[in-house]
Amino acid sequence: MEEKPKLKVTLLTGRTIEQGVGKEWGKSSKEYVESVSVCYMDPEDMKRLGVKDGTNIQVSTAFGSVVVKAVKSLRAPHPGVVFIPYGPWANVVVDPETHSIGMPSFKGIPATVEPAPDKPVLGLKELLKTVFRKG
Amino acid sequence: MPVVKAVTCPVCGSLCDDIELTVENGRIVKVKNGCAMCEAKFLGYCGEHRVLKPMIRKNGGLVKTTLKEAVRRAAEILAEANYPVLYGWSSTSCEAISVGIELAEEVGGVIDNTSVVCHGPSILSIQNVGIPSCTLGQIRHRADLIVYWGSNPWSAHPRHIERYTAFAEGRFEKSAWRSYVNKVKALVGRKKLQSAIKRLFVKKPAPVPPPISEYKPYPFITKEGRKLIVIDVRRTKSAEIADYFVQVEPNKDYELLQAFRMLIRDQELEVDRVAGVPVEYLEEVADVMVSCDFGALFFGLGLTMSSGKLRNIDAALSLVRDLNMRTKFIIMPMRGHFNVTGANIVFTWQTGYPYAVDFSLGYPRYNPGETSVVDVLLRKESDAAIIVASDPVSSFPRKAAEHLVKNPLIVIDPHMNVTAQMADVLIPSAFVGIEASGTAYRMDHVPIPLKKVVNPPKGIHPDEEILRRILKEVRRIKKKEEAA
Repeated sequence: MEEKPKLKVTLLTGRTIEQGVGKEWGKSSKEYVESVSVCYMDPEDMKRLGVKDGTNIQVSTAFGSVVVKAVKSLRAPHPGVVFIPYGPWANVVVDPETHSIGMPSFKGIPATVEPAPDKPVLGLKELLKTVFRKG
Repeated sequence: MPVVKAVTCPVCGSLCDDIELTVENGRIVKVKNGCAMCEAKFLGYCGEHRVLKPMIRKNGGLVKTTLKEAVRRAAEILAEANYPVLYGWSSTSCEAISVGIELAEEVGGVIDNTSVVCHGPSILSIQNVGIPSCTLGQIRHRADLIVYWGSNPWSAHPRHIERYTAFAEGRFEKSAWRSYVNKVKALVGRKKLQSAIKRLFVKKPAPVPPPISEYKPYPFITKEGRKLIVIDVRRTKSAEIADYFVQVEPNKDYELLQAFRMLIRDQELEVDRVAGVPVEYLEEVADVMVSCDFGALFFGLGLTMSSGKLRNIDAALSLVRDLNMRTKFIIMPMRGHFNVTGANIVFTWQTGYPYAVDFSLGYPRYNPGETSVVDVLLRKESDAAIIVASDPVSSFPRKAAEHLVKNPLIVIDPHMNVTAQMADVLIPSAFVGIEASGTAYRMDHVPIPLKKVVNPPKGIHPDEEILRRILKEVRRIKKKEEAA
């Protein structure tokens, strides 16, 4: 069986204007969920991985793994760097280490990305049920 | 239709106070002057995701109840807990925060605000190094150089550039907006010309983008007026409007800050590149910094959340201290939530410390890393939590949120946010700045009043009143226990 392509990247999380607007409409709103369950990738990296705009990808770190939708970054070139907006999807994979100052590491986390066209991007309720078994 | 003028926007730390709202039949129907987030807040505040009745979790699901019952249950949880967490506070009024601290002292818990996962490291550094700062009005009128480091105001503080910095029309410094438009036109023209030449004379396939090590800084055309420098790991929308854009490699901000310090002190760098940026370009940017009359450096979470954390801020504050030996320079953190600065201020008034305050010994203790909420949750020490005007389940790493939702959880929030969906007691509140008045502090520590524009839905009270009721009930329970 042919091995799936994998890409070693640096994961950044942060604010986007879509996430900012979505959170004000409400965290259960379609606008919010669609704005934070995505991963912005460099177009060259997407080619290397063989994924297109809108293909599901699996982002994995030492702390967890999550399926999100790949989106072509308008902020390219940033090869080797992927970006997921702040939100419940990003929180599954960020580094909780606070280095004794209270602040977890939300940016610059080593991660791997692989195509996952067969795996679904979980909705908010399913994600919460899977992660916390509550709600 | 009545129009309410000079409304303060309760979204981000910029606290724009020039919003005009049109009200019809007790609902806001039109927003003028606001950004996209402001408009979403004022138009979406009473949408389908609004919680209108208090709820309690029974048999795994949330069921409606009375306010009296919800307050009683919340007070019971807090009174019974040995080490409860009281978290949030940055999206409510200073008046409500003040009551929250009283409640923390009463129940002997740890109270923390959202700055712990935002500019907490900045506060630690400011305590270490000190901060030369000023109000945003001074910057609007006088600053001729603006630097955004690890911050993307275009997305996080959309009107910051327009109201306070590069595109603001100041008394002594003019807006750079017109020259920016000319610059964009020139860039577009140049691009069109280049592609036309390529189409006509060159029949080669399109060139492959160079690898990152070969990447050249974003092309710029110099323009008149205020200068804007953006330093970030990605070419953000804010970077596109900058005169100078420095693309730093992720987790290398500390090296770059120290390199700038060396250049500003006229020391030579014995390398070709620092953090992926050619030294010649850094020298050019350092020259711009030194030759300004009044510079302002705004920094965001790009510095506080990446490798180095508070040490990055130490270096940024030291850079500004060095620059002040050559010219006038100030530095300011880009605060996120509209009253996160107010939370730090009220915490400091009442406890002596800006965040992460532990009352378990009966007096306030402050030791971020030990008394900060993420660490308390990671060590699994807390046994209950009350979250006010915040959504930690969507902003904490999974491991921390797991412990938070495992224990009894009280949420006071107007919306059914992610944490509210996990709540055991959910008390809906009025939106501060829309349905309740109060005070908030802008990112430059200027207090600004928040207006009550419309009435809240029936039976919905402001955070302050809900917290007072819980506090009163906690005291009643404790008195009863003591008497028994």
